[in-house]
Amino acid sequence: MIETLAILAIFCGLLFFLSGSIGLLRLPDIFSRLHALAKADNVGLAFVTFGIILLEPDPLNDIKLVIIWLLVMAASAISSHLVARHALQENRNND
Amino acid sequence: MIEFLWSIFDISLVLLILVLAWAACSTHDMMRAVTLFMALGLILAIIWARLKAPDLALAEAVIGAGISGALLLSAIKDYPKTTMSEERSSHVEWIINLMTLALMTIMAWAVWHGLNMSDGIRLSDQVMSQVPESGVSNPVTAVLLNFRAYDTLLELAVVLTAVLTVLNLNHKRADVAAASPLLRGMTRWLVPLLVVTAGYLLWVGAHAPGGAFQAGAILAAAMILLQLSNPSSLQLFKPMLWRSLLVMGILVFVLVGLWMMFVNEDFLAFNPTWAGSLILVIEFAATLSIATALTLAYLGGRPTGWESANPAHSATKHNGKPS
Repeated sequence: MIETLAILAIFCGLLFFLSGSIGLLRLPDIFSRLHALAKADNVGLAFVTFGIILLEPDPLNDIKLVIIWLLVMAASAISSHLVARHALQENRNND
Repeated sequence: MIEFLWSIFDISLVLLILVLAWAACSTHDMMRAVTLFMALGLILAIIWARLKAPDLALAEAVIGAGISGALLLSAIKDYPKTTMSEERSSHVEWIINLMTLALMTIMAWAVWHGLNMSDGIRLSDQVMSQVPESGVSNPVTAVLLNFRAYDTLLELAVVLTAVLTVLNLNHKRADVAAASPLLRGMTRWLVPLLVVTAGYLLWVGAHAPGGAFQAGAILAAAMILLQLSNPSSLQLFKPMLWRSLLVMGILVFVLVGLWMMFVNEDFLAFNPTWAGSLILVIEFAATLSIATALTLAYLGGRPTGWESANPAHSATKHNGKPS
């Protein structure tokens, strides 16, 4: 039962990663691409982490996994912000 | 079934790394080449992890994908107009191709030979049988800091020499203006976390994957983050402090080696009883030196006030070159 749930969660996560990647390739400008990538990847990673936590019996490793998820989320939020900020400044300079 | 899935995963990793390597080499856009190279570093780290070499995976992720990426990106920023030259003479092209081919042949031969060698004394068996004598239980650390400590000492010397060259060539790059407040906010809690992680990796290297190089690279990442978000914070490091930190690793290493020569009549021959503590002392100093070296390399030259730390010499230096 728990295993099925875990597989479902990981599969869900992969779907988010897939949509994020498609967004990165298909969306027209840098801001919408960033939006697709950051949002989809964060939720995707949340699902994958959740799935692995279900499979991982050691609570210490569970805590590590959650910390990894939080760190990746913070890093992706900040780096998206920095890329967007830079792109915005370039746009302003070009106008 | 699981085996089959793993082999699919492994084959995709191998294909991915080949494609990334080809793409990084063939693109003419430097920025794209560097990005692809960093992605290649990450995939390489996963491959090391799959090959059950977590020490290498850590080092590759931190140094290959992280610090080298930062160094290359800052190099591009110095020369924004440079593109990969298309006008390489056919001579040079030929020599590069030939040498690459020769290197590939040698490496393929080595791998083939390693896989097919008849039963004999394997290095790994010898290492494993001696690990209890080494003072640490992680075989990688045992090899790096005990069995072939001399090599590691020379590696540190190579790093020091490279950084001395950088310091001789240039002043430090101009600071990046006005970092985003969000980046500053993140730096405030990420840097302490990185310092703790570096300390953990240094400590854990004795019995699990980790060690001086990984810890040093993570410390350097913290310093680079500080430089990017708040350049004035690195000015707390006075030139004398930079210099001492830079040579500390080699100094401690050599001193321990000489001390061991005095006690055991051989350079860097550790006593099994002290080896653990000696290795930790050396690794601690080496971590600080590696971090300093990588940070100085990222800064791209002498930090502010470098020459003035030694007034007698700075006078002659300033006469020697127009500034």
